[in-house]
Amino acid sequence: MAARRLVEVYLDLLSQPCRAVHILLSCTGIPHTVRTVALRKGNENRTPEFTKLNPMQKVPVMVDNGFVLTESDAILKYLVTRYDVPEHWYPRQPERRARVDEYTAWHHSNTRPHAARVFILEVLLPAQSGSPVDEVRLNRALSELDVSLDRLETAFLRRQPFLCGDDITVADLLAVCELMQPLGGGRDVLQRRPELQRWRSRVQTAVGESFDRAHAVLYAVRERRSAKL
Amino acid sequence: MAARRLVEVYLDLLSQPCRAVHILLSCTGIPHTVRTVALRKGENRTPEFTKLNPMQKVPVMVDNGFVLTESDAILKYLVTRYDVPEHWYPRQPERRARVDEYTAWHHSNTRPHAARVFILEVLLPAQSGSPVDEVRLNRALSELDVSLDRLETAFLRRQPFLCGDDITVADLLAVCELMQPLGGGRDVLQRRPELQRWRSRVQTAVGESFDRAHAVLYAVRERRSAKL
Repeated sequence: MAARRLVEVYLDLLSQPCRAVHILLSCTGIPHTVRTVALRKGNENRTPEFTKLNPMQKVPVMVDNGFVLTESDAILKYLVTRYDVPEHWYPRQPERRARVDEYTAWHHSNTRPHAARVFILEVLLPAQSGSPVDEVRLNRALSELDVSLDRLETAFLRRQPFLCGDDITVADLLAVCELMQPLGGGRDVLQRRPELQRWRSRVQTAVGESFDRAHAVLYAVRERRSAKL
Repeated sequence: MAARRLVEVYLDLLSQPCRAVHILLSCTGIPHTVRTVALRKGENRTPEFTKLNPMQKVPVMVDNGFVLTESDAILKYLVTRYDVPEHWYPRQPERRARVDEYTAWHHSNTRPHAARVFILEVLLPAQSGSPVDEVRLNRALSELDVSLDRLETAFLRRQPFLCGDDITVADLLAVCELMQPLGGGRDVLQRRPELQRWRSRVQTAVGESFDRAHAVLYAVRERRSAKL
């Protein structure tokens, strides 16, 4: 029987869901290969090879011995299920699992679009267009993010150590990576939210050095921008 | 030991994710109670409902004290907890991952784009009394078109159902979103025979629970055509 190949993941670490996958793989020790796809170079996700792998031209993509999977939610849950990792990442008990599914669903229409929009308006669009930041749209985006952060605290975190209970889960990885993104523009969106800052610190402690390793590219973006000012 | 209470679900059948939950409960025979929450009457903003779900949204499920929101999570929890055929949410990791892949993609694609068409064509004009904004509607239809292309080529791909040979909760979520514009008399699958055939297979698989769940939406459509 042929040896099982390593899990391959196609990632751009400037992408929030890619970082969540990267952190899980690193801190659980699942043997894997990372293939970098640089979205900003305009074309690495649009090459014929990558498009054949993922016609939707998005990252992350996972390939596990021929099984191709997209969508970070699905990838994270699959990896926890398939590999020998602590089950707290995606608990098997139905009510505890349902809490993680509840967050990952809500994430798509709340944390993700609103945090991403702040970064897009403050860093990406100005970089691409050369125009100054559209302050009106940015303020609207910050207000919408504020509503999501309120709900993150009151509906999910609710004085628990982590979003879905006493232990870290894949939900915390997805959320923290989205909320780190505006840092690329020098903005800490948790600046005035001590509960969520404490949660972020607990996540960083739980995942160890894999946190900063995954965020190295984002930190570099922030450094380059402050160097220009 | 106290008897286990029936699952309770708080639903508005004009809401697409609510219909998906309703159909699963009906066609799997899970004993349950439906409590209607009429969004158009603001019934999701009462103090009682807000206590149950501070986000004031439907669907909400209560299973013997366990309160759960988000249709994805509710559907997957019900299949896991109750004695229903496992094809709805397969246990095998690769097959399950396909369902999770669709339900994730659904949130940023099928759902917002199909919902937008209904909002622009039915809800906003009804609330404001203004005519339909044709420019925004056309843009919404174009965006929905892209999602439908992907639904056919990336998910369905000549399979009987979105995630394989059997119906799953992914098909319920998708079909209920794609039915919504029918409330305004628009069949968004009109020019897509592959997806029409898929929709028919879903209807056959779930039987009469399909039309029962969609009765409110059909009534909206009837009232609108009666006015024209």
